Amino acid sequence: MTVTEVRTQGPAQATAHEAWRGFRGTTWRGSVDVRDFIQANYTPYEADESFLAGPTDRTRAVWAEVSSLFGEERRRGVYDVDTATPSSITSHRPGYIDSGRELIVGLQTDAPLKRAIMPAGGLRMVENGLAAYGYTLDPKVREIFTKYRKTHNDGVFDAYTPEIRAARRAGIITGLPDAYGRGRIVGDYRRVALYGVDRLIEAKRAELRSLDGDFSTDAVIRDREELAEQIRALDELKQMAASYGYDISRPAGTAREAIQWLYFAYLAAVKEQNGAAMSLGRTSTFVDVYLERDLAEGRLTEQQAQELVDDFVIKLRIVRFLRTPEYDQLFSGDPTWVTESIGGIGADGRPLVTRTSYRYLQTLRNLGPAPEPNLTVFWSPRLPEPFKRFCAALSIETSSIQYESDELMRPAYGDDTAIACCVSAAPVGKQMQFFGARVNLAKALLYAVNGGRDEISGEQVGPAYPALTGDVLDYDQVAAAFDRMMDWLAKTYVNALNVIHYMHDKYAYERIEMALHDYPVKRTLACGIAGLSVAADSLSAIRHATVRVLRDVTGLAVDYVVEGDYPAYGNNDDRADAIAVDLVKSFMDKIRRHPSYRGAEHTQSVLTITSNVVYGTHTGNTPDGRRAGTPFAPGANPMNGRDRHGLVASALSVAKLPYDQARDGISLTSTVTPDGLGRTADDRVADLVGVLDGYFDAGGFHMNVNVLDRATLIDAMDHPEKYPQLTIRVSGYAVNFVRLTREQQQDVIDRTFHGRL
Amino acid sequence: MRDRLLDDSTARLRQDAAAELRASEPAAGGGVIESWDLSVGVDGPGTRFVVFTCGCPLRCLYCHNPETWRMRDGRRVTVDEVMSEVDRYRRFISVAGGGVTVSGGEPLLQPRFTGELLRRCHDSGLHTALDTSGFLGDRASDALLADTDLVLLDIKSWNPQGYRRLTGASLEPTLRFARRLADLGRPVWVRFVLVPGHTDAEENVDGLARFVATLGNVERVDVLPFHRMAAGKYARLGLAFPLADVRPPDRALLERVHAQFAAHGVTSV
Repeated sequence: MTVTEVRTQGPAQATAHEAWRGFRGTTWRGSVDVRDFIQANYTPYEADESFLAGPTDRTRAVWAEVSSLFGEERRRGVYDVDTATPSSITSHRPGYIDSGRELIVGLQTDAPLKRAIMPAGGLRMVENGLAAYGYTLDPKVREIFTKYRKTHNDGVFDAYTPEIRAARRAGIITGLPDAYGRGRIVGDYRRVALYGVDRLIEAKRAELRSLDGDFSTDAVIRDREELAEQIRALDELKQMAASYGYDISRPAGTAREAIQWLYFAYLAAVKEQNGAAMSLGRTSTFVDVYLERDLAEGRLTEQQAQELVDDFVIKLRIVRFLRTPEYDQLFSGDPTWVTESIGGIGADGRPLVTRTSYRYLQTLRNLGPAPEPNLTVFWSPRLPEPFKRFCAALSIETSSIQYESDELMRPAYGDDTAIACCVSAAPVGKQMQFFGARVNLAKALLYAVNGGRDEISGEQVGPAYPALTGDVLDYDQVAAAFDRMMDWLAKTYVNALNVIHYMHDKYAYERIEMALHDYPVKRTLACGIAGLSVAADSLSAIRHATVRVLRDVTGLAVDYVVEGDYPAYGNNDDRADAIAVDLVKSFMDKIRRHPSYRGAEHTQSVLTITSNVVYGTHTGNTPDGRRAGTPFAPGANPMNGRDRHGLVASALSVAKLPYDQARDGISLTSTVTPDGLGRTADDRVADLVGVLDGYFDAGGFHMNVNVLDRATLIDAMDHPEKYPQLTIRVSGYAVNFVRLTREQQQDVIDRTFHGRL
Repeated sequence: MRDRLLDDSTARLRQDAAAELRASEPAAGGGVIESWDLSVGVDGPGTRFVVFTCGCPLRCLYCHNPETWRMRDGRRVTVDEVMSEVDRYRRFISVAGGGVTVSGGEPLLQPRFTGELLRRCHDSGLHTALDTSGFLGDRASDALLADTDLVLLDIKSWNPQGYRRLTGASLEPTLRFARRLADLGRPVWVRFVLVPGHTDAEENVDGLARFVATLGNVERVDVLPFHRMAAGKYARLGLAFPLADVRPPDRALLERVHAQFAAHGVTSV
C-alpha cells in the first residue's frame, strides 16, 4: 500500500514540497481548501500605505502600449474581432501586448482587444454584434451553429411559453440571459495556483467515481456528464498554459507563478464564456502569501511585487466580449464585471487586509482610474483605520471603488466570500448562481391598474383581471390589485428562469468555472426587481396624496395627476420607506412559492445596474408623478431629486431594506461633490470613512461612491477626448463616462448631487 | 438705470430685514425653521444634522439661502419634533462622527428655540455647533454658548463700510461677539466669503486676519469662494440676484488670501 502511494504520488509530492515550502497548516494539504490555506498562512497588515511602490518604466510602457489602442476602440466600438473561430479554452494561439516586457501573459485571442465569438450562448447575439461593427460571421461557423449545433438561445425559445414571450416583449421582465451567457459564476481560480491542475483533476475524478454506485437518474447522469466535462476543461487549461510555455500541472512555486496560474485559470473562463459578469473572486490576500514569501526569500523587491500586480491588473482591464450595441445600452457601457473582493474581517476577528490588498488598490494610482477590474472593498467598521483611510482617499481621487458590508456577508456566507457582478455574494468555489436579471415592479403596478394591459401598447400581457375604475386611485384597491399582479409576475418570472437555466446548462455549460467549484455545489436562483423607488413612491402618493387617473378612449390609464405632497422614499421617513421594505419582502415571498430548477435557493436583488435608463424608457407615466420614459433610479436608490435631505438620509432609507429578503444584493449609488464631503482633503477622507462606517453600521449592504462635480461631467460630455479615463460608479460597478450614451450621461448629471448650496 | 433698480430692491429687502428684528419668537418650546438636512463636512466637523431656522436680520448680497430670510415664510415646529428627527440620526452620527448644527437664517433671531435645541443635543452627548453672523450675538446667553461646542462665525467683511454695503448692517456687534467668545474660550471657526470686488481687497483680508490672530480661540478660518449657484433660487422667488455679474474668485486670488491668513499665523482652509 505504502509502496504504491510512493510510486504514483512521489514526483507530485516532491514538486508540492518545493512549491509549498514554508507554508503552514495541514487541512488544505489533504483536501482542496483554499480558505484554510489562507487562514493558516496570511499576515494581516494594519499599517498605512507608505510602503507602496509607484509604477516602473516597464509598467508604464506596457500600459501605454495597450492604452494607445483604446482611442481606436472607442471610435469604432470594437478594436478587432476574430469572426471565424468560436472561442474555447484552446481556440487561439498565444497573444501578447509586448512579449518582451510582459510579466504575466495570456490574452483571450491572439492579439490585445481582438474580441472572440462565443456562439454557444446564442448565434443571433454574435451576428448582431458583428453586424453592428461592420463585420460578418464566417459562413462555416454560421452553418455549424444553424445546421449541426443548437445554441442556448435556440433551446430557450423552444421552451418559452407565449406568456413568457409576451412579458419579455413588453419589458415587464427584462435583461434575461436567454440570448447570451448568464455569467455570475466565479471559479475558485486560486486553486490552480495552490494545487496545480493535476491535483484538481485527481479530485474531480474522485468526485466522478463517487457517483459510480448511484442509479442513473436524470440528475445523476447530468452530474456525471458535467464532471466529465469539467475534467476535460482542466486538461484544456493545461494545454492553453503550455502554449504560452508554462506547465501548470504542478503547483505554483513563486508569486509570479501563482499570479500567472491564477490568471490562466481566469483566462480560460473568459475564453469560454461571454457571461454577463465574469468576476475574479477574492484573490489579493491569497496572492499576498506568495508575494510575502518571495519578499522574505529575497526573490522580489516591493517594486517588483507591485509590478507583478500591475501587470496582472493590466490583463484584467482588457478583458473584452463581443456584444451588441443594444446590450451595451442596457448595461451602460461595455462592462465585464471583473469583480475582485478585497478586505473584510476573518471569522477569527483578524482583518483580511494584507499588503497585497493595498497593492491591488494601488493600481488605481499606478495605471490611473478604471472601471475594471471592479475593485470591491468589504467594509466593516472594524477594518484597520489606515486601510479605511486609504480606500476613502482613493475613492475621492478615482471614484473607482465600491463598498459592501462585510458585517452582513460574513455571517451569511463565511469569510471567504466574493462578489459576482456588483452585489451578489457567495462563498468562493462552493456556491454558484443562476443569474435571473429582473422584473419591472413599476410596470407591474401599472398593469394592476389596467387589469394586465400594457400601458404603452394597450396589449393584454398580464392576466385579464378587472381594471381599476374611478377617477381617484384608492390605496386599498391598488394594493390588492398590485399584490395579485405580482403573484402572476413572480410565477411567470420563475417559469422563465427555469427554462433559461435548464438550457444554459445543456448548451453552454461553464465547464472550467464549475471545475473550480466543489461537488456538489450549492445553487441560488438570483431573481431581481427594478423600479422599487418608483413603485414605493407611487403607492405613497396614492396613500398620502390624491392621485387622479387619466384614461384614453379605450379606457387604458395612461397618466396620473398627483395633488398634494406625499412622503417619498429616500428621506429616512418610515411612511414611505416601509412601503419599499414591504415590496421587497412581499415579492421575495412570492418568488419562493415556485419551484426552482435544480432545487436552487431563491434569492432576489435590488440592483438594476444602469438598465434603469432602459426600464424607464419602457414604462409609461407612473402615479408618483414620474413622466413616461424618464429613467428609474438605479438599484435601490431613491428617485432622482426626491431625496431632499442629503446623502445620509437617503442612504438610511436604503439601509432599511432587509438583506435577508434580498440576498442577491441591494445596491446604492451615492454621488457627491468633493465639497460635499468636507473642505480639506483630510476632512474629506475622515468624513467619507465616517459615512461608510455609519451606513454599514445601520445595516446598509452596498454603496458606490462617486465623488465629482457637475462641471467636470458637462465638460466630459462635450469633450470626451479629454476624459478617456473618467470613471464613475453606477449602481454596482464603474463605467467610463465617455463611453456612455449622451442620454445616460445626462442621467448621471441629473442624478442628485448631494452638495448643498 | 439697472443699478438703481437693483439698489431699490436691495433697499426694500433691507427694510424687510429690519422688520425681522422685531419679529417675535414663538412661545417656549417652539421655533420657526425652513428645513433640516443632513450634511457632511460643510456645516462643522463630520456628518451634521443641520437645522435651518427662518428669519434673518441681514440681507447679504451673496446670500444663497434667500428662502430663509423671513420668519413668516417658515414652518413652525416644536423642539420635541426636531429632537425626534435628530434621534433618527443619533446612532449614525455617533458612529460616523459629527453632530448637530443650528444654522439659518439667523438662529439667534430665535435665541430661546436655538438655546433649547443646543441644550438638549448637548445634554444627550451630541457635538453642537451654531452657525451665525454674530450680528445678534448679544442675544446669545452664556448658558446658550456653554451648550455650544463650536461657533461657526461669519465675519463677512473687515471694513465697516464694506460690511454695511454687503449686509445692510453694522459690523461692530459681530466683532463684539467674537471678542466675547474669545473671553469665554469657546472654539470658533471663522467663515469668510471671498467675493471679488466686495471682500477681496488686500487690506480687508489683512485686517480680518490680524483680528482673528488676536482672538486665540479660532481653530480655523473657512475661506468660502463666492458662487452663483443660488441664482436659480432667486429667479424662482422672483428676486434679482444682486451679484449675478460677479465671477467666483480664481485660484490666484484664493491663494493670495490663504497666504494672507497664513502670514498672521492663522490656519485657513
